[in-house]
Amino acid sequence: MAKKTAEATVLDRSNDDIGEAVRLELYRKQQVIRQAEQRAYDLFLQNLVKGTSHLSLGQEAIAAAFGTAMRPGDLSFCTYRGHAHTLARGVSVESVLGELMQRDNGLMRGKGGSMHLTSVEHGVMGSYAIIGAHLPIACGAALTAQYKGTGDVAVCFFGDGTTNIGAFHEALNFAAIWKLPVVFVCENNLYMEYTAIHEVTAVKHPAADRAAAYGLERIVVDGNDADAVYRTAQAAFAKARAGDGPSLIECLTYRHSGHSRADPAKYRPEGELERWKERDPIKVYRERLKSFGIAESVMTSIDQEVARMVDAATEACKAAPMPPEDILFTDVYADGGWAWRN
Amino acid sequence: MAELTYRDAVARGIAQEMARDDDVIFFGEDVAKAGGVFKATVGLLDQFGPIRVRDTPISEQAILGAAMGAAMTGLKPIAEIMFSDFLAVCWDYVANEFPKSRYMTNGQVKCPLVVRTGNGAGSRFGAQHSQSVENWCMMIPGLKVVAPSSPADVVGLLAAAVRDPDPVIFFEHKSLYAVKGEVPDGEIVDTLGTAKILRPGKDATVLALALMVPRALAAAETLAAEHGIEVEVVDVRSLVPLDMQTILGSVGRTHRLFTVEENPRLCGWGAEIVSIAVEEAFYDMDGPPVRITTPHIPLPAADALEDMVLPTPARIVETIRRSLGS
Repeated sequence: MAKKTAEATVLDRSNDDIGEAVRLELYRKQQVIRQAEQRAYDLFLQNLVKGTSHLSLGQEAIAAAFGTAMRPGDLSFCTYRGHAHTLARGVSVESVLGELMQRDNGLMRGKGGSMHLTSVEHGVMGSYAIIGAHLPIACGAALTAQYKGTGDVAVCFFGDGTTNIGAFHEALNFAAIWKLPVVFVCENNLYMEYTAIHEVTAVKHPAADRAAAYGLERIVVDGNDADAVYRTAQAAFAKARAGDGPSLIECLTYRHSGHSRADPAKYRPEGELERWKERDPIKVYRERLKSFGIAESVMTSIDQEVARMVDAATEACKAAPMPPEDILFTDVYADGGWAWRN
Repeated sequence: MAELTYRDAVARGIAQEMARDDDVIFFGEDVAKAGGVFKATVGLLDQFGPIRVRDTPISEQAILGAAMGAAMTGLKPIAEIMFSDFLAVCWDYVANEFPKSRYMTNGQVKCPLVVRTGNGAGSRFGAQHSQSVENWCMMIPGLKVVAPSSPADVVGLLAAAVRDPDPVIFFEHKSLYAVKGEVPDGEIVDTLGTAKILRPGKDATVLALALMVPRALAAAETLAAEHGIEVEVVDVRSLVPLDMQTILGSVGRTHRLFTVEENPRLCGWGAEIVSIAVEEAFYDMDGPPVRITTPHIPLPAADALEDMVLPTPARIVETIRRSLGS
């Protein structure tokens, strides 16, 4: 907690449950996501990112906080808006941008694309592009953890729009009855694609207001405050690891860009974006770090280091070859090939 | 050697695999305490306990999704979808998730699971509980599709499906559950992707699957006894992988090809096989391949009506006899 003295603001770190090392990691992860996503956007404009792409600009705190709170062995299940959550587990910017640019250096060598980022070695068990599909899948991963007694937690990220599809409700009930170690994280950015979520949802808080239906606690957290999300994540993980079952967390946030590359987001009321940008998670967090006595120069050097890394990744991707023809027919089946007949 | 019903063979096959491998778990609607609505899983809960054999809510998406998540992370789940018609309510997993995960992730994600499901007509349940939908699954790259016709094949192919590293959709025919057959003692493991010649013959090849196999065999008896026509009956057993060597080998000997399919006409499994045979064995054939199928209509409930539309031994006999011109 910060106390004002006559001279300056000084930090009383003894009272802080998060600590400087974790805070700097939270800051750095948010910066990596911000700069990588901004670069992805710039690369669209140069027609170097192909297909579609869904950015998390403005929503970085949630992925960064969960990624920091997770431990090795915990498993992430992401959506098509999953670059942020993938990067938050330590997957390299180059392999993510490479996949967006559909090059051979991409995370899946161009076979998946932006909407399906997966890195099993980092515990990123996939990004799912069919709304709601991965909530039951995360339940299954949690079932394995429970069955084998690993203590690992499955973390499932999704948007507000997902709360209105059947799989959301099936998965919550499933997780609750079997007390599965799964944490459902709703990123409520106020819009399901192009439509305001409140216009199409019976309750004010699309996730939290449904929690009671499954015997779960109602949790709403400021998704633009990495510390708040981090603390909430830790509590949910402790509950899951103790065998006390799932949590459903609604994080309030806002995406600065449109739904996808095709969307200029003209449906948003005037001034809304500007109001949310006042509460930009990275801006909020820089102020937070300063209030804890961390020098501006420390943040600036992180910003610069991340910028150099994103630049280097971009150049590596631009130089990378396109995927070769021979991978077209690999990994359809577990024998490595695609044979369906003899 | 013991005589088992097809339904008891299901429980035996699951039990064989669960006893062998602790990573095999089994869940579905009414499968544990009730032993399955078709009584095909009786005794498994008692034998393996409630952690490994679980009743689920009526949540087909959660059943298949959870099976996939468990499979991706090291378990070997067997999930039951009570009626194969219900695959339509969890089709995302069958069509989009199981079969594409390995490919899309460049081989990172594995999906070794089995979906068992009650398929086919004969129970007079009407259009939404009687369909043969194996062809729905056949057209999706990344899936394996199996449909046994006998108790011994149920045990062996189910074991092979559980041990297979790919997602397998395992179609059990509801009208075969009561059928009895000899099943060898001890562990049985068959091979996916192998058709089986059940009756040799020189005059025509007759391909059949599941309930159509005993009907094709009955027709073969009549054709031989009453018309002097010797047909070779091939139980296709596995649609993916597809054993075209056995099928084309048979056509090469008999020079005629017939399929007996329970699915409605359009895009039935026989259409694919016939197209391959025409491309690759056209000059081996003495006449056009002929498909004997259910007509392209929803299935009626009334027994009198349902019996009119499914291929029967009489219709198989008549079609083959006329086609061979005798």
